[in-house]
Amino acid sequence: MKAKLYPQTGVAASARRIRSMVRRHWYLIRSSGPRTAELIFWPLVSMLMWGFLQSHLAQTTSLAAKAAGLFVGGVLLWDILVRSQLGFSVAFLEEIWSRNLGHLMMSPLRPIELIGALMLVSLIKLTVAMVPVATLAYIFFGFNLLSLGVAFAAFFANLVIMSWALGLISTGAVLRWGLGAESIAWLIVFLLLPISCVYYPVSTLPTWLQPVALILPSTYVFEGLRGLVLEQTFHGDFMLRALLLNVVYVLGALLVFRALLESARRNGALVQLGE
Amino acid sequence: MLQAGARTDGAGAAPPVEVRNLRKVYGDVVAVDGVSFRLEEGSVTALLGGNGAGKTTTIAMLMGLVIPTSGEVRVFGVDMVRNRHAALHRLNFESPYVEIPMRLTVRQNLEIFGELYGVIDVAAKVRQIAEELRIDDLLDRLYGKLSAGQKTRVSLAKSLLNDPELLLLDEPTASLDPDTADWVRSVIEAYCRRRSATIVLASHNMAEVERLADRVIMLERGRILADETPAELIRRFGRETLEEVFLDIARRRSPATLDALRSTQ
Repeated sequence: MKAKLYPQTGVAASARRIRSMVRRHWYLIRSSGPRTAELIFWPLVSMLMWGFLQSHLAQTTSLAAKAAGLFVGGVLLWDILVRSQLGFSVAFLEEIWSRNLGHLMMSPLRPIELIGALMLVSLIKLTVAMVPVATLAYIFFGFNLLSLGVAFAAFFANLVIMSWALGLISTGAVLRWGLGAESIAWLIVFLLLPISCVYYPVSTLPTWLQPVALILPSTYVFEGLRGLVLEQTFHGDFMLRALLLNVVYVLGALLVFRALLESARRNGALVQLGE
Repeated sequence: MLQAGARTDGAGAAPPVEVRNLRKVYGDVVAVDGVSFRLEEGSVTALLGGNGAGKTTTIAMLMGLVIPTSGEVRVFGVDMVRNRHAALHRLNFESPYVEIPMRLTVRQNLEIFGELYGVIDVAAKVRQIAEELRIDDLLDRLYGKLSAGQKTRVSLAKSLLNDPELLLLDEPTASLDPDTADWVRSVIEAYCRRRSATIVLASHNMAEVERLADRVIMLERGRILADETPAELIRRFGRETLEEVFLDIARRRSPATLDALRSTQ
């Protein structure tokens, strides 16, 4: 029986290749209980720690009592950004750790399809990590993420899109510089933790640092959360600004990824990856 | 609309591989230096040379994984620097140095690769190829749990999923016992006969090259030292085996060797 092949170009062909890559990662997630537990572990630890701290402060200060849900909400949203970016980057690193990237690069899978698959895998990993943790946040501290409604959808979308931009840059760096750049994939998002103002307002930062915070989409999300919890006001303009910044960052990250991939093809890095 | 695994993109008449003045420089190191060759359909060509001769870089440029510093690589008429995805479904490769994901079963891996190549009825194709390569009993085992010989058979199955017209093999029998290695060579021979596939083989096993290849391209320091049939090469060097010729060239052992090389160049 000679192999018959589907047409190789067009949306259907791309969708088929993306689907097969997502399947591959779904098999990986399913195949390892410890890895799945690891996805949940750190978000759970952070949520419990900040939740109990908030409970303690609520009993001792009136401001904290008024801001019930601020810490737990902050940590849950922050973990959406972290888990989504790590989901994207680690899915790519899996291909290098398993020394499979050569097969993928030699297959008809196109770079943009690989990126599409990594985005979907990040959403799957995010769901696996955050659904149990968000449920436990409701059970332990009475904080229901979904009760934020449309605001939650806007926060979620902006954080996930931002995580993809970070994922693209970190995976591009690994393509170009090999596993020596792996730490970028693990650390890049944490560089943004202090200036994203997760647990305090932008005004807390030194004046010179505030403009830096204001070019991060994540800052608008956490300012938006504070507005919602403290003033019961949804700042749609914040979300719009975050979205515009995200569009710029994702387009820029795609260009950076493409440039780093071309550079890797030029200097032979693709042949040496994983070795 | 369905399409056969062969001859798409309107490039059917072009040779499987055409390389012109290929050169690759990494910093101060010239890895490939002005290499040109053209491979005919159904031929089996061995790329030989010592470590650092430029075999891997040449194969990587054939696949479009490395961009040449200058020169041209065309596979089925497709420019592999600018438009490699128009040709990739028509080729495949196998190497013991590029792994298949360990934590997936053999069946999961083969089905996923089959889908990436756009194989229609991938489950049936996997069953067929598993039977041919005697891996049907391994299909539901984790790839990472297999022995080296079993992994090689699975890797070969992966490389044949799309019935490639051009098959690149990088030391396909490295680290195999003689019996398994012999069996793998038989599979490659049978595939080549059945599909008139073009094969590029990089190997350090000269007996394997003598058996499989109808053409040898010998590389040294990125240049082609010899390009002829194994039998011609052996005759011209006055030796009995290709291994002796290889050692002569690698060690530049005799004046006759240098004369033979000069006559080639």
